[in-house]
Amino acid sequence: MVYCIGHNIISPLGEDTQSNVKAVQSGHSGLKIYTDRFADVEPFCASLFATPQQFVPLCTRCAETAIRQSGIQGDSNDVIFILSTTKGDNLDLLTPALSIARHFGNPNSPIVVSNACTSGVCAQITAKRLLEAGLYKHAVVIGCDIQTRFIVSGFQAFKALSPEPCLPFSPERKGLNLGEAAATIVYTAEPHEGWRLEAGSIHNDANHLSAPSRTGEGAFRCLQDVTEGIQPHSISLLGVHGTATSYNDAMETVALERAGLQNVPISALKPFYGHTMGAAGVLETIIGMQLVQKGTFIKMLSGFGGVNAAIQLRCE
Amino acid sequence: MLNGEPVTVQETGDKMLVELYRRYAGNYPKFFKMDTLSRLGFIAAEILLGQPADQGQPQVQTVILANRSASIKNDTDYQATISDGKYYPSPALFVYTLPNIVTGEIAIRHHIQGETAFYILDKEEELAPIIHSTPFEAALTGWCECSKPNRFYAKLQIIWNN
Repeated sequence: MVYCIGHNIISPLGEDTQSNVKAVQSGHSGLKIYTDRFADVEPFCASLFATPQQFVPLCTRCAETAIRQSGIQGDSNDVIFILSTTKGDNLDLLTPALSIARHFGNPNSPIVVSNACTSGVCAQITAKRLLEAGLYKHAVVIGCDIQTRFIVSGFQAFKALSPEPCLPFSPERKGLNLGEAAATIVYTAEPHEGWRLEAGSIHNDANHLSAPSRTGEGAFRCLQDVTEGIQPHSISLLGVHGTATSYNDAMETVALERAGLQNVPISALKPFYGHTMGAAGVLETIIGMQLVQKGTFIKMLSGFGGVNAAIQLRCE
Repeated sequence: MLNGEPVTVQETGDKMLVELYRRYAGNYPKFFKMDTLSRLGFIAAEILLGQPADQGQPQVQTVILANRSASIKNDTDYQATISDGKYYPSPALFVYTLPNIVTGEIAIRHHIQGETAFYILDKEEELAPIIHSTPFEAALTGWCECSKPNRFYAKLQIIWNN
């Protein structure tokens, strides 16, 4: 078990966790229509920073606040930096991670988790395992992606984007919106009051590269693993992926029902942030923890490559 | 090299992967849709998982791979479809612009429904602590890299936790 001792979010909705939570609670959305942000791409709806951000400074600015809050020393040998991203800094994933660790004077080689849309949850699972194995005392998990012509053109080619703000789990849903954000959680192995990461699980559907299994196989197995020994009524909130693509939301519905969780309250944050890719698992975990004051919070994600991941967090 | 013994091949570069595909697999046309990184991991997995298993050893249900350069070779190929005024973004290439797609290809081929994960690391030896802290009975693990056309390197192994 590992303990959350610091967190921060920088997104188009706010410069820290509290301003983001307040924006979500007030129903503010970062989603807008963009007609000329990138050359050639068709108009698209996304949640983007008003001023385009650079990847590394965005990550370090986000992590600085979380690290300060946690009281750990970023330059300590006991600290590992784990970066969750899908496209990094203009397709380069390793160099930005090295720059971020160097910025904080950290002596350990950082780890980049690149497991498609599940990366942010997988990175937290990696942190938990490394801390529990006694390899480090603290882990700084940073999730970040910024949108580019590369990504938007690809999702348009896939016909996965909704031309208007997304509608997760609605019969009218038309696809996803992309988004950009950075989010950081600091975990420690030392017992601490507040939120703790109890369990994590990753499973592949072994079915299709770009579409989830119709039976929700991987997602179901993840949910089964992280809810073992827990009564569904004791789960306060389940943060679904809820991309608002036809297949994802249908698959999640099947997986939730198979896991006996159909009556658990769920939250889908994509209408506020869009799909922030590598940041999603970290950002949506922080918002979930803030929305639930006490109890159990489950966060699930699914992504390209057929991979699914879920974690269970608890605050008593 | 296979189990420390050299494997003889006639071809080099991408053609070598096709040669190995014909020798060790040959009945999986989806191979030809894959990018080089996926072909490389697919072939290595095909060779290793096709080896006669020791009695009583559990089946591989976990895939943990890593490299330095993510999916940069295929990313560059996709980039070419949206560059120089020739804007025809290819969904077939875009799907391979994530390094973990190779773990998905292996999972589909071998019906692996356990954990699949891809890490980007500075050095090969940094994968060991990640593998050792991951729970599994039998895992296909290792380094799988394709940084440029015809430039690739894979070193995969099966690890059993008894």
